[in-house]
Amino acid sequence: MSLGVWPKIESVFRFYVDGFKNMTWGKTLWIIIIVKLFIMFAILRVFFFKPAMAGKTDEQKSEIVAKSLTSMNNTNTDKYGYSIN
Amino acid sequence: MDTALIDWSRLQFAVTACYHWLFVPLTLGLGLVMAIMETMYYRKGDEFWKKTAQFWMKLFAINFAVGVATGLILEFEFGTNWSNYSWLVGDIFGAPLAIEGILAFFMEATFFAVMFFGWNKVSKRFHLVSTWLTGIGAAISAYWILVANAWMQNPVGTAFNPDTVRSEMVSFWAVAGNPIAVSKFFHAVFSGWMTGGVFTIGVSAWFLLRKRETKFAKASMAIGALVGIVGGFAVILSGDSSGIHAAKYQPMKFAASEGLDDGGRKVAFSIIPGVEVPGVLSILATHDINGFVPGINDILAGYTDNRGNDVLPVDAKMWRGQKALTALKIFRSVKDSPDSASLAQKALCERVIKANAQFMGYGHLKEPSEVIPNVPLTYWSFRTMVYTGFLVLLILILVQWFIYKDNIDNKKWLLILAVIAIPLVYICGQAGWIVSEVGRQPWAIQDILPVGAAVSNLSVSAVQTTFFIFLAVFTLFLAIEITIMLKAIGKGPKMEESESEHINIEK
Repeated sequence: MSLGVWPKIESVFRFYVDGFKNMTWGKTLWIIIIVKLFIMFAILRVFFFKPAMAGKTDEQKSEIVAKSLTSMNNTNTDKYGYSIN
Repeated sequence: MDTALIDWSRLQFAVTACYHWLFVPLTLGLGLVMAIMETMYYRKGDEFWKKTAQFWMKLFAINFAVGVATGLILEFEFGTNWSNYSWLVGDIFGAPLAIEGILAFFMEATFFAVMFFGWNKVSKRFHLVSTWLTGIGAAISAYWILVANAWMQNPVGTAFNPDTVRSEMVSFWAVAGNPIAVSKFFHAVFSGWMTGGVFTIGVSAWFLLRKRETKFAKASMAIGALVGIVGGFAVILSGDSSGIHAAKYQPMKFAASEGLDDGGRKVAFSIIPGVEVPGVLSILATHDINGFVPGINDILAGYTDNRGNDVLPVDAKMWRGQKALTALKIFRSVKDSPDSASLAQKALCERVIKANAQFMGYGHLKEPSEVIPNVPLTYWSFRTMVYTGFLVLLILILVQWFIYKDNIDNKKWLLILAVIAIPLVYICGQAGWIVSEVGRQPWAIQDILPVGAAVSNLSVSAVQTTFFIFLAVFTLFLAIEITIMLKAIGKGPKMEESESEHINIEK
């Protein structure tokens, strides 16, 4: 990376830092955003919205979903039969 | 599957989606309103327009801050409550949601920051471009979300793979250019313009009723009403396109939204039950007064559509769906067996699945009548959307007219109506999504996966727990947003330097 790029990166960084420092009413909004994200990711996601198939391999997931779909197949064997021909 | 589990899972998803849609339309609409105001500042160099734009940007930011990431809760629910569905669609949803995430992050993080931190730090031109790009970025984000939604309504560009048990993308462009996605995008964005316009005239009307910030309020009203009117007429045009697509790809939704039991040609449109306009429904569905519109009973029994194609009765689709699921079951049992008999059976199963995959979801149904959504809810939601939409458009036109005549101050009744229009436009938008989503039940993915097969096998109490936690937490956030929003509106714009008449009123 050429040396000329660093001052630009620094000015962009300073732009954000100054922006956050000089916020007035925006600070309240950021507090809301941070609290909300904390509730969403540290509480809801961790304790209440665990992925139902977390920790399973793709092969295992395929098998679980296939079993689930085919076991719920409400085929009326008397009327339709199970033949695929 | 326990119907209570399906109902609670659906209710949870519906409430989350409705909550999310409280914030999105205002972001889309107010983004345009404030960009136009800043353009006025850029062109005229008048500080008044800068202060005006800054005031609406502040309300935009409040809405954005509380609304940000609410859509992620929907993604949590996909993984937890709808795991079968998530696995099945993962390949399709991955691409548009990744594009949306990257665009949303980079465009919003960059241009949103310049818009708020960049006054006096970047050039006027660059600041203006950033403001426009913030709004455009939100609209582009909306497109990719709607691509994902539209695929559920009209699953194109994919093929079912029995090996992975997933619908896999075979044409990105078919998915991205899904006609339902295109019409939904324009309908959603223009309804956002309408919402932004109504919000602007409503808040401005409140200032006029309080005899505060009159110059600011009238200037804001003129722009808000213009955006709202343009959005309103565009919503009508895009709604027409949505109607044509619903009639073509989701005829049951279309029939349910009209409460149409028996179809035909020259079908009347129901204003309310018992009051009808002859021929209009055929025009709305096909742009032809002689166009055939199937009713609920036609769809159950099978019919011939306007292009001369025979549409199978539901029990025939159920038979084909059952064939596909049976073939899937056999395929899974022999897929790892190397003997030649198994390989032959596997190849046969693949052919059967391929031939019937488009009806696979019907294999889960017990009775043909299960394909009928909640007709009263769909019917009345559609009328709520249309009637509140037209009422709001009328209010916008009246506001623009009296602004033009320069006597809006004397029309107290209209100012009150403009304030009332704010909740009305939200009711309109929510009703629209109820039509779209309730009307396509029982399908999570049209014809391929009903909600009963899409849902995770959880306990009902677990879903109830997360539902009430979500309801409590996000009602609190909504209350906080409304409080902060009202406080910001109450403070008004900082016009001391540029709006002398406000100072005189205060004195």
